Amino acid sequence: MFEALTDRMQGIFKDLRNRGRLGEPEVDAALKEVRLALLEADVNFRVARDFIKRVRERAIGVEVSESLTPAQQVLRIVNEELVETLGGEPGRIDWTGEMPAPVLLVGLNGQGKTTSAAKLALTLRKLGQRPLLIACDTFRPAAVLQLVTLGKQIACDVYEEGTAARPVDIAMRGLQWGRDHGHTVAIVDTAGRQQVDEALMAELVELKAMVKPNEVLLVASAMTGQEAVNVAQVFHDKLGLTGLILTQIDGDARGGAALSIRAVTGIPVKFLGVGEKVEPLTSFYPDRLASRILGMGDMLTLIEQTQDMYSQEEAISLQKKLVKGQFTFDDFLKQMQQIRKMGSLQSIIEMIPGLNQLMKRPEMAKALDEKQFKRVEAIILSMTLQERALPSLIDGSRRRRIAVGSGTKVQDVNQLLNQFRDMQSMMKQMSKGSVPKHLAKLMR
Amino acid sequence: MMRFFRRAAPPPSEPDTSATEAAPASVEASLSSTRKGFFGAVRGLFQTQRSLDDGFWDELEERLIQADLGAHTTGDLIEELQSQHARLPFQDPKAAELALRAELLTLLKTTGDTGLFLPDVQDGIAIILVIGVNGVGKTTSIAKLTHYFQGGGRHPILIAGDTFRAAAIDQLKIWGDRTGVMVIAQAPGSDPASVVFDGIGAAVGRGADTVLIDTAGRLHTKINLMEELKKVRRVVERRHPGAPHETLLVLDAITGQNGLMQAKSFAHAVGVTGLILSKLDSSAKGGVVFAIAQELKLPIKFIGTGERLEDLSPFDPDEFLHALFT
Repeated sequence: MFEALTDRMQGIFKDLRNRGRLGEPEVDAALKEVRLALLEADVNFRVARDFIKRVRERAIGVEVSESLTPAQQVLRIVNEELVETLGGEPGRIDWTGEMPAPVLLVGLNGQGKTTSAAKLALTLRKLGQRPLLIACDTFRPAAVLQLVTLGKQIACDVYEEGTAARPVDIAMRGLQWGRDHGHTVAIVDTAGRQQVDEALMAELVELKAMVKPNEVLLVASAMTGQEAVNVAQVFHDKLGLTGLILTQIDGDARGGAALSIRAVTGIPVKFLGVGEKVEPLTSFYPDRLASRILGMGDMLTLIEQTQDMYSQEEAISLQKKLVKGQFTFDDFLKQMQQIRKMGSLQSIIEMIPGLNQLMKRPEMAKALDEKQFKRVEAIILSMTLQERALPSLIDGSRRRRIAVGSGTKVQDVNQLLNQFRDMQSMMKQMSKGSVPKHLAKLMR
Repeated sequence: MMRFFRRAAPPPSEPDTSATEAAPASVEASLSSTRKGFFGAVRGLFQTQRSLDDGFWDELEERLIQADLGAHTTGDLIEELQSQHARLPFQDPKAAELALRAELLTLLKTTGDTGLFLPDVQDGIAIILVIGVNGVGKTTSIAKLTHYFQGGGRHPILIAGDTFRAAAIDQLKIWGDRTGVMVIAQAPGSDPASVVFDGIGAAVGRGADTVLIDTAGRLHTKINLMEELKKVRRVVERRHPGAPHETLLVLDAITGQNGLMQAKSFAHAVGVTGLILSKLDSSAKGGVVFAIAQELKLPIKFIGTGERLEDLSPFDPDEFLHALFT
């Protein structure tokens, strides 16, 4: 829907290639686009304004270097400033004091506190801790049961007293229980609340006063809009937050809320929550979130998703095949299906910087069309296993049969066979360390 | 044809909003915090005696973006107001406010009817599918819908289609107990499509006139989970031709611009018929619904305004804007 920021910026600087210094008119025009990108990413209006001001001061008058276009130069400053603002020590929990170290999870309804509690327990156990989960959400129906179930899934102790007792009492008795049973950290799940709800807020304040937590972590969804700053501010004022767990980062929200929260409260993002299953929280990297907020793709996350999909052995065996030029149609099919598992082509493309622009070329758009994808799949599935392994077998009559079987034309089959042959030879070349010329041009 | 799909009657306890000038007190009251937020600020801006200079427009832009309307919708609105101003200058900020309200109302009204289209009780069972991303309040909204339908003389049965999230079935059952309706459920981890298939059969067998189907929260970017949801919809269609009569997407009012992506993806996958805008009792403003109305023409059908069963109201654009601006 939105043109990639880089595309738009390239346009602004079209006439100004590698000469002189960055002047005010160009910088302002460029920053207008940056501002729009920030707002579309749900960065708070005021935070965006202050941010733009800082970048402007840094950018104007900067000498345009030889190697970068002016657009790249401005974006680099934007990116640096973003990373700097977002920065902080990732994933560290304060361990000083008595065991078990209490960690309080707070946040609005539906941001993922209970799931994050279980994920945090799993994460901390990986770091050698003995976590205990304490169920203090006595408000939402079945919240206690949810935590108990999640605890069972990851084999982690859960202290609960149902919903009759006061959360403060449950927490205190839970801590004692944890002490008696040798737990090193106690994660306290609390009821979700609307910040306007004074009564529930008071309960949290009391909880904090009694429990004396090492950490008070705000759980907030990456999908949160402009209100994120106010939410964070209220929680911070009343409870003194020490960090943020940003959840639902595996969606396509750009996560500008994190920048807003960081800018307004100064608390660092400590973990990211990914996935609906109980898996460990992931560490936070400011540079990745920065390019995501700018809508400039999230290559590293894509790579990680790909890594998740492939087992190590699969990757190695594929690599061997590629090097030897033994890549078959079966491998090709598997690859295609793997890619499809990762998401729609569109969403994958959006994660790759620059590819968005490339996709505007009609021939690229055609090549990556979903329908085309299905057609190729149908053609391969209409081949015998032998044919898939040894495409040279496929003669005229086999081509006709494959075309009929896949509901395509012989020309389509021919085209795929040719493309496949090209690809094989290209891969052989690449594995020898040389990048084919036409590809190199594309990648620049 | 339309005879079978009349607008579902509102429960008798609710005043007929089209006939009275006063909005129900509950909506008015529960939107007060939203009002006090940035919409309040928008109002404040209009009450000043300032001239409509660049500063005024900048400030209006800020207020609208702060309300989550998004940079694009906000830009369009301001451009429209400015061009009106150029043709026939607004006398004062108050005049600009009226123009803005008119524009926002037009956005909300181009989406079509905000009522439910359900078969009349005597004409057969009404089936409603409730969907959305994780944590937006699907299960709670279903409980409130149950209460709403009971007020209108219907007898709902709930199907626990969220077999994935830990304790989701129990959560629905607790609400079932509180509202005194039956919850049809299978074991956690069962295939949701088959739970729904069996559930509709059981509900018909027990003489329910209304079926509410809860589904697992899912991010709209997860292909496999969206495929699962498509399958649930297909199964509903096959089990009961003409159903689901409504497919309601629950959207958390605190959601920012991603709400538009959510609405788009769910609409594309399973054909959303309307929105439930939840958690409007917080200070969140839900301004993204204007962007959704502008781009997707999806009507809001209900707003969730609190944690009690009664805290769900049929959406009325006039009342909504009235509440936001007064």
